[in-house]
Amino acid sequence: MAGSNGSGAGPLFVIEDLHVSVEGKEILKGVDLVVNRGEVQALMGPNGSGKSTLANALMGHPRYVVTQGRARFRGEDILTLATDERARRGLFLAFQYPIGIPGVVMGNFLRTAVKARRGEDVPVREFRKLLDETMDLLKMDPSFARRYVNEGFSGGEKKRAEVLQMALLRPEMAVLDETDSGLDIDALKTVAEGIDALRGPERGMLVITHYQRLLNYVRPDVVQVLFDGRVVRTGGAELALELEAKGYEWITNEFAPAAAGAEEGAA
Amino acid sequence: MVTKAKDVTSEAGYKYGWHDPEFKPVNITKKGLNQAVVEEISAMKGEPPWMREFRLKAYGHWLERPMPSGFWGGNIQNYSLDFNDIYYYVKPVTEQGKTWEEVPAEIKRTFEKLGIPEAERKFLSGVEAQYDSEVVYHNIREDLKKLGVIFLDTDSAVREHPDLVRQYFGTIVPPNDNKFAALNSAVWSGGSFIYVPPGVKVPMPLQAYFRINTENMGQFERTLIIVDEGADVHYVEGCTAPTYSSESLHSAVVEIVVKRGARVRYTTIQNWSSNVYNLVTKRMAVYGDGVGSWVDGNLGSKLTMKYPSTFLLEPGAHGEILSLAMAGAGQHQDAGGKCIHAAPNTTSVINSKSVSKGGGRTSYRGQLKVYPGAKGAKSTVRCDALILDEASRSDTYPLMEIDEQQVTIGHEASVSKLGEEQLFYLMSRGINEAEAAKMIVNGFVEPIVKELPMEYAVELNRLIELQMEGAVG
Repeated sequence: MAGSNGSGAGPLFVIEDLHVSVEGKEILKGVDLVVNRGEVQALMGPNGSGKSTLANALMGHPRYVVTQGRARFRGEDILTLATDERARRGLFLAFQYPIGIPGVVMGNFLRTAVKARRGEDVPVREFRKLLDETMDLLKMDPSFARRYVNEGFSGGEKKRAEVLQMALLRPEMAVLDETDSGLDIDALKTVAEGIDALRGPERGMLVITHYQRLLNYVRPDVVQVLFDGRVVRTGGAELALELEAKGYEWITNEFAPAAAGAEEGAA
Repeated sequence: MVTKAKDVTSEAGYKYGWHDPEFKPVNITKKGLNQAVVEEISAMKGEPPWMREFRLKAYGHWLERPMPSGFWGGNIQNYSLDFNDIYYYVKPVTEQGKTWEEVPAEIKRTFEKLGIPEAERKFLSGVEAQYDSEVVYHNIREDLKKLGVIFLDTDSAVREHPDLVRQYFGTIVPPNDNKFAALNSAVWSGGSFIYVPPGVKVPMPLQAYFRINTENMGQFERTLIIVDEGADVHYVEGCTAPTYSSESLHSAVVEIVVKRGARVRYTTIQNWSSNVYNLVTKRMAVYGDGVGSWVDGNLGSKLTMKYPSTFLLEPGAHGEILSLAMAGAGQHQDAGGKCIHAAPNTTSVINSKSVSKGGGRTSYRGQLKVYPGAKGAKSTVRCDALILDEASRSDTYPLMEIDEQQVTIGHEASVSKLGEEQLFYLMSRGINEAEAAKMIVNGFVEPIVKELPMEYAVELNRLIELQMEGAVG
């Protein structure tokens, strides 16, 4: 595995003994996780187990401080890179709560982002076509491109916009943070199908979710269970079904002694 | 990663700071101000006695009035403005040009660099260019002249339309209004005079461009705009100056009369170099069903104290103030506006956006006054400030005096730091920090910028980008 140079060899994304603190409180306490090319992994776990912390830390949010461990993306340690550099390397985060940016028009923002990701200008016409086609796929109204980024969007619109960005930026490694939360059944189906359409032999995905229902559409190759800042279970798709049936309690009961007093960790 | 903003002086982003070394003024008064200087200015202009009297009286007010303090003003007393170290009148040419060919080459070159002749050809109804104390170029489209539209420099208007000027001059901003209005009234020179006859709609903006060239110069233009019933005009002013180590003073007075059913928009893109004190009094009187709006963009200067005012004097009058301020290192933009409701069913909107960075300071200072009996008055005041780094500052000073019960008043204010979450979001899409910050700032000011004609919106966005260069990361 050592010596992978970002071409084809070795796993796509490797997290080793990752410790992350938020405002001085340790949330991740040694996460180990490997995502291979073409793999979709589901990351599940009760509230406060550290799922969103992992997502934000991987993308380099300044409030999430890595105190120990590494994250290698195609062999390169990305934790020393600025957020925008990570994104240009092909890492993507679909936000749980995308923030509004008043006055910034969606279409302009998306074009700027695609340009940054590709490292070259995108002709207006070509971009327009790409945008129209992708929005069509996600059943988004064309007027969407003229609105301000995430401003006044409904929950469903926000999540669609995240998947739209993922489709346009074509990341090699995507982390989706509860992209299924706050959606009604129809919106969930559209968003999930949009995600599933982005599966590819070169692309890895880490899909953070609480519920089985998203995984009915996006069938995971691997299911990981995070609890109290560590991955405590790894299994196949059947593990998600088991969790759905039994709830998180059996995990909680099994691991609670080790995590005494930490059950109310940050999200 | 989010890094601390560097200390970038605004000169770094200021592209208009050259001066014309070959320029030799035709005439210049001695530094400093006294009665003889006031008389000399009046004599050089060959003015009628009533204007000479007006100046001398105003000079008396200037001597008596203290520097502004208390609620209005940005602590001018703490600055080193020295009235004795200023040239009050610098005459650049003997004759005003009607074509650009008639303008001396070195001066013409300056305005070409600023893109004025080109803008005139493309999208303006008329242009005035003032260089130091006098207007060096003036032109208005022939068809508008035939419709009776008057667009002149104010000195020419005193000679050519004395009755009209005398009827309104100093009535909206009295000479004793404040120290700087008194100063302007004593030593004023140049500025625009506009008269639009009833029902005439001027199709494209009239533009004035004010350029200071001489070091330690005081520019005191005086503008008077009278828009008759049902008429419509948009006036735009731009201003720049060389970057000198010593200070210059710009102290204008603008008076506007908006008659019944008329519409006026006055747009300012103020981009003085950061050695200029910009202390300006602007006021308009709006009559029945008239609409008066100020679009006030302040990007340059060392200290700006400017609160464009709208007096709503008859039922149905509407006033708007859209204020945009950006302050970088060594700058204080003390801006805002006043809306005075003095009649029933009058409406007003104040919308202020300010951005401070690199140790700059912005203040919103505004007054909303509703007189007793102004039933049904409606007003919305909104001021938002964006602070880009720890060294910068923003304050909001709203003054509300509502002396009538039956009114609808809304007031909202927000101060935000350049959002870490917004930056993170944009950067997570591969956009670098500087570009992300620029996008956020441009988005923040968009509600004001979109009110401008396209050409000016582009110009303003470009100026903001220049100021933002090197601001972050």
